[in-house]
Amino acid sequence: MSDYDSDEMVSSYNKYVFRKLLFIVICVVIMIAVIGYASTIGSAGLSPIDVYKTIYNHFFNKSAINGTNDWVVFTIRLPRIMTGLVAGMSLGIAGAAMQSMMKNPLADPYTTGISSGASFGATLAIGLGFTLFGLGGSSGIIVMAFVFSLIPAAVIIMVSSMKHTSAATMILSGIAVMYLFNALTTIIKLSLSETSLAAVYQWSIGDLSGSTWESFQVIAIFGLIGGVILMAMSKKLNILITGDKNAKALGLDAHKLRIALLIIISLMAASVVCFTGIIGFVGLVAPHIVRIFLGSDNRYLIPASAAFGAVLLMVSDLISRTIIAPTFLPVGVITAFIGCPMFLWLLIKARKSMW
Amino acid sequence: MFGKSNNTQAEPEYENIQDRPLLNVELKDLEFGYDPKRPVLRNITHTFNTPEFICIMGPNGVGKSTLIHCINKILKPTGGVVLINGNDTANMKLKEVAKDIGYVPAQSEDSFPLTVVDTVMVGLQNDFKFGTRKEDLERVYETLKMLSIEHLAMRDFNELSAGQHQKVMLARGLVRQPPLVLLDEPTSNLDIRHQIEVTKTLAQMPKLTNSIVIMISHDINITAKYADKIMMISKGGIYAYGTPMEVLTKEALRDVYGVDADIIERDGRPHIILNDSIPIPKEV
Repeated sequence: MSDYDSDEMVSSYNKYVFRKLLFIVICVVIMIAVIGYASTIGSAGLSPIDVYKTIYNHFFNKSAINGTNDWVVFTIRLPRIMTGLVAGMSLGIAGAAMQSMMKNPLADPYTTGISSGASFGATLAIGLGFTLFGLGGSSGIIVMAFVFSLIPAAVIIMVSSMKHTSAATMILSGIAVMYLFNALTTIIKLSLSETSLAAVYQWSIGDLSGSTWESFQVIAIFGLIGGVILMAMSKKLNILITGDKNAKALGLDAHKLRIALLIIISLMAASVVCFTGIIGFVGLVAPHIVRIFLGSDNRYLIPASAAFGAVLLMVSDLISRTIIAPTFLPVGVITAFIGCPMFLWLLIKARKSMW
Repeated sequence: MFGKSNNTQAEPEYENIQDRPLLNVELKDLEFGYDPKRPVLRNITHTFNTPEFICIMGPNGVGKSTLIHCINKILKPTGGVVLINGNDTANMKLKEVAKDIGYVPAQSEDSFPLTVVDTVMVGLQNDFKFGTRKEDLERVYETLKMLSIEHLAMRDFNELSAGQHQKVMLARGLVRQPPLVLLDEPTSNLDIRHQIEVTKTLAQMPKLTNSIVIMISHDINITAKYADKIMMISKGGIYAYGTPMEVLTKEALRDVYGVDADIIERDGRPHIILNDSIPIPKEV
């Protein structure tokens, strides 16, 4: 026992941190590779090298821009790929932070009702043309999704404020609200005409095909701001997972922190849902896969879940476009198809339990 | 670890941790009840202002944990005040209260497991710095070593036994070397050897670090052997306060616990031989 000294501990701790950083770096490398490869898929025969050249020229060497390539990459291919990247990041971050703050491995934007709320809002806008502040088009849908995503969050906050309730109660009230919103969405769908129903259905299946630079920007802005705030709070999240009493004893009001986090996460999740529909699994599973490899220290879990979530969604989207080309499967189907066996396999193989 | 203070957060007014000012913790008419009609605690008035190892004893459900939770504001008292250096904790932010108080919960509520190092580090930091400083790691190591669990440093918290959990939670509460430490039955899952070792370590802390250590304990003989003072709680109030010889009497054990025991004195401390449980007298 006594031969284990301080230097040894520090060096093995540093190795442990290095492993985590390496995981993130590997994910980023895969992301770049997927960007290159995914941009080559389509009728214009570009090679990955062409793609990287085109991207480089677009930003740093304007004189060498090849008009056609630039148009193909930046107008046709990249909006979808980059939207997948930021959406995966946001969902990964939202899931990781939500699991930690609720101290529950089942927590994610979907099981807390936030996605369902957003989905209901968007269905109202798309199906019935009901929007707020006279906003039309996509901004009308976005605002509706945002506003309705905050309703489940508000219910969760209200329930947990009224009684001194645990994190488990929060997630239960979230699930209850989820069922309610799903039911409401079904009612609206039943009342719709065939064409509106098709539009609602198209939107709701969870897909990246409608992505534009606008969707990229909105998701990226919320993801970036939310991600930075959550990273800054990652040490507090580490305190939170050691229990509410201990958190209070360390000067942290667990309840207030949860409210703040819930609002941030709701906005992040809603920004994704209103453009892509409900893409299940990424928010729930990406953080858990990361936990298996890296442990639950939120300082690394959050960025790693962002990176891994992005990879998972981008690869899924790539597969969804190629597997039965020229038609495609919705990405939500693929994330479940890849995510489920991968997750189950890791659960069985994992040397230790993380929950 | 008890040498020079390398506490980077605190204002380094003193060279040596033994020279730091002692905390003054005053409880005045403290009352707490989940149901206002039936308070768990009432009329608790006491001042802690000596560097001593104080054990709180009393039957189950009598309000021992509630009392320490009122001191560090985990619970808000429903009556009376808690003053820390003259400041009413009701008007202080949680963070200000937490600054001077270390806390070791009775049970682990840890959900997602961190490594032991990271779990203990949680007790150290409450700031926005992202990284891990080498000096923090060294402090964590010293604390783990003090409790002889340094070999567990890189293990995950949920891989450990209940006794090891308790030691890690102890390390988390002690790593900051706070001037007041509140411990809720920190040795309940330890074997007797480790109970003795941990209690001995805690008993030495007040003098070595000029701090007040308050521990809830059920082990009557270990408490009798190491406590400087014992606070006996019964029916929501303080039944007795004093040295083990003063508090652990045949009458007290009968009145408070409903236990018949013989007390023998050894080296100025009581040694309790438990005989049998007896009906608790109706009125004290």
